[in-house]
Amino acid sequence: MGAALAALAAPLFKVLLMYCLHHILRALLLLLGMASAALAGPYEEALPKFANDSYADTDAAIGAVASSGNPLAVDVVEALRDGRLLIGSGQVFIRRSSGELINAATGQAWGSPAGELKPVRINNRLRRAIEAALGNLTLLSPDAGRRLEAARAVFRSRDEAVLPTLEKAIAQESQAHVRNALENARAAILLSQLDALPMQRLGAIETLEARGDQDALALLSNLPPDATPEMKAGAGKAVAGIHTRLALWEAVQNVWYGISLGSVLLLAAIGLAITFGTMGVINMAHGEMVMLGAYTTFVVQEIIRAYAPGLFGASLFIALPLAFLVAGAVGVLIERTVIRFLYGRPLETLLATWGISLILQQGVRTIFGPTNREVGTPAWMSGALEVGAMSLTYNRIAIVVFAFSVFAVLLLVLRYTSLGLYVRAVTQNRRMAGSMGIRTNRIDALAFGLGSGVAGIAGVALSQIDNVSPNLGQGYIIDSFMVVVFGGVGNLWGTLVGAMTLGIANKLLEPYAGAVLGKIVLLIAIILFIQRRPRGLFALKGRAVEA
Amino acid sequence: MSIFTMTRRNLVALTAAALVSGATLQAARAEETIKVGVLHSLSGTMAISETTLKDVMLMLVEEQNKKGGLLGRKLEAVVVDPASNWPLFAEKARELISQHKVSAVFGAWTSVSRKSVLPVFKELNSILFYPVQYEGEESERNVFYTGAAPNQQAIPAVDYLAKEEKVERWVLAGTDYVYPRTTNKILEAYLKSKGVKAEDIMISYTPFGHSDWQTIVADIKKFGSSGKKTAVVSTINGDANVPFYKELANQGVKATDIPVVAFSVGEEELAGIDTKPLVGHLAAWNYFQSVETPENKAFIEKWKTFTKNAKRVSNDPMEAHVIGFNMWVKAVEKAGTTDPDKVIDAIVGIQVPNLTGGVSEMLPNHHITKPVLIGEIKEDGQFDTVWQTDGLVSGDAWSKHLDGSKDLIADWQTLKCGNYNTVTKKCGS
Repeated sequence: MGAALAALAAPLFKVLLMYCLHHILRALLLLLGMASAALAGPYEEALPKFANDSYADTDAAIGAVASSGNPLAVDVVEALRDGRLLIGSGQVFIRRSSGELINAATGQAWGSPAGELKPVRINNRLRRAIEAALGNLTLLSPDAGRRLEAARAVFRSRDEAVLPTLEKAIAQESQAHVRNALENARAAILLSQLDALPMQRLGAIETLEARGDQDALALLSNLPPDATPEMKAGAGKAVAGIHTRLALWEAVQNVWYGISLGSVLLLAAIGLAITFGTMGVINMAHGEMVMLGAYTTFVVQEIIRAYAPGLFGASLFIALPLAFLVAGAVGVLIERTVIRFLYGRPLETLLATWGISLILQQGVRTIFGPTNREVGTPAWMSGALEVGAMSLTYNRIAIVVFAFSVFAVLLLVLRYTSLGLYVRAVTQNRRMAGSMGIRTNRIDALAFGLGSGVAGIAGVALSQIDNVSPNLGQGYIIDSFMVVVFGGVGNLWGTLVGAMTLGIANKLLEPYAGAVLGKIVLLIAIILFIQRRPRGLFALKGRAVEA
Repeated sequence: MSIFTMTRRNLVALTAAALVSGATLQAARAEETIKVGVLHSLSGTMAISETTLKDVMLMLVEEQNKKGGLLGRKLEAVVVDPASNWPLFAEKARELISQHKVSAVFGAWTSVSRKSVLPVFKELNSILFYPVQYEGEESERNVFYTGAAPNQQAIPAVDYLAKEEKVERWVLAGTDYVYPRTTNKILEAYLKSKGVKAEDIMISYTPFGHSDWQTIVADIKKFGSSGKKTAVVSTINGDANVPFYKELANQGVKATDIPVVAFSVGEEELAGIDTKPLVGHLAAWNYFQSVETPENKAFIEKWKTFTKNAKRVSNDPMEAHVIGFNMWVKAVEKAGTTDPDKVIDAIVGIQVPNLTGGVSEMLPNHHITKPVLIGEIKEDGQFDTVWQTDGLVSGDAWSKHLDGSKDLIADWQTLKCGNYNTVTKKCGS
């Protein structure tokens, strides 16, 4: 019995011993492994690759750092994206936005580095890798905004490896729009994943159909080759549905683009509606007033940048009254020194104002140089608002609102102020107005100044969408005359309707005829229209016509 | 009354005296200086780009004079302003050659201005150095093309995008005139020969100075969301670029999604835009200010001192003028005279260092060898060279990818012909 027991115990003991040994060994190995990880894990091994200044090495390093699980990984990848990852003497540093230097390997502050530091260079391929890596790393970030960004990045990268994290993120997400973005990302991955369940992949098609934008369309129309007939049918239906929806939005979008172009035309033409429309002066220097307004904006911004950078967001509002004053003053000057001697002689006025426009252009060229000047866009005017399947850019929205406000104010000024009353009186019957005691000379100068000032205001707005160069005005002068003549000389409402009609017609034609032909078609249409109705859309009737 | 007549008489006398002395002075100076014509617009639309080139020429002439001039005589730059007016280019060219008796002219920017002055240079047998990248399909005895031909800019750029960015769908967007139209024709033929299908190429033209890009950018976005990688190849000219890039940025088209590679956007053009949203968009040139070579460093230093502006940028056509001017100087020294016929013969084969570390050579087809660089826009408005050709690329006067021109070659050394047909063995296609 004892022998038998011993015989049984021996192998048991052996097994037990082996088991223990194995565990001890494993523990030891693990310890060793941890120790070596602390010394040279994937993170530490990857870091020096950044210093090689080779795109391929940087790419490999991004992947290794992102998957290392090191708490500094997010910082490193973000710093790389923003050009704050620096290399020098074989070491890698992160520069915090506060300017503080950190050793990327240890996470400790680094006082003064020896030698020159230069940022790690990145190109577009690396930017995509960074975006994907950051997406994977920040899916579980406590900040909802970053989670949303991450979800969008994963939607684009469609990295299958991140699926488990994504599932976890969806399960614990509390905000509906972030969850929606996360689910979209999951659908995009599942759609092309070969070993996903058919049910899941059909569900993915439904999710993408609900998303219904061009990205979804791209995914659905490029199904992977292993797609089942059900998937193909589902995707086909979804694609058709999205197409109809997008076509509808595209029509709306074209109308919006038309309104936006129309408001630019309105802004450029509204000053001319006063100088040419009501005063009858063919002012070829009108475009240069717009240019002066734009340059005023530039000067204001330069001063703000130098002395009060905090006010930059308000720079356009500060520039508005100044642009009005500058352009208006130049307008009054031109009227007093040149135009007043030429009333009633349209050809001479045309030539004289054309000469003035050349003088102003060359003057600005001499002072500010022939190259474009940079007018910054305040943060509140950058970016776009997503409405359905179209994006409305904030600067265009601002310009539409602004154009209509200027129009309204000008209408009120002409209607309800004494200056407006005098201007209308002088326009309708100069001699009678003079006999009533109105100083017609002064009114001419003021009205010309008003028209020029409004052109200057337009320049502030146009500096946001066009070049600020001495040629700025040239691009608008023909369009402005077209709008005023088409709308009907002497009528502000005509200018509004004319600008909007031309803008919308142009933008509706452009997708079909192209930008060049579209413009030609429009010009021919206007020529034909003027043949039929020489006085434009809203012709003045009665005595004013003969005056 | 008498005072008045006196003054008037005096005035007449003075003017006459001034005229005579001026004329004799001019005659005396004409003997001792070699005149170099500078034909760049200083006013009008093109002033934005061309004024800089005039300054470069003045600097080069001044520098050469510091070195003791040429053939023992001082150089003198004669600057005229063709005011961005194409017919005026021809008139001013005639004035430079016939009146001022210049030995060579450095000038023109747009292809239409070059075409406008060609007959003048042929008729009066003078020399023009043309410093801007252009559409090719031309080789004249009297013209030296120091800018890039399409195979030195457009084709390598497309190759880069196809290889490095895996682009499969192409938007060819350009301003509606001869350079973009011809370049896009060559690119379209090239892409199709590489197996790109017609439905994967979108071509869009816009008028000069186009400022409303909403529809086109929306179209590009739509075209680019088919699931295939898309890129825009932009031959959009001058002023229209700023609103184009602004609209791209505002509609959120990022370089990582749809990169735009431009052939007419350099450091000078970017100086007028906020470049932060454009980071990563590309340009293809033969020179960037950011290239780190001793030659370039020295040049930028001189340029900033000469213009007394530490922020002044340098760009590709400037480098072309530097190369062209140095080639002309060497050719004149080799020929021992400024006589155009002798210089035209002497200049072929002349080699001068360019600013990117290589040595450019004047080829028998009157084009030069250049490296091709692809750069990505950085936040500070400079370019980061992300790719460049191994060596220098020889400029082709006639594209190999167009039906009408693939059999043509230009050779002014042995064949004495600008359009020799290798199939029919005849000059004149």
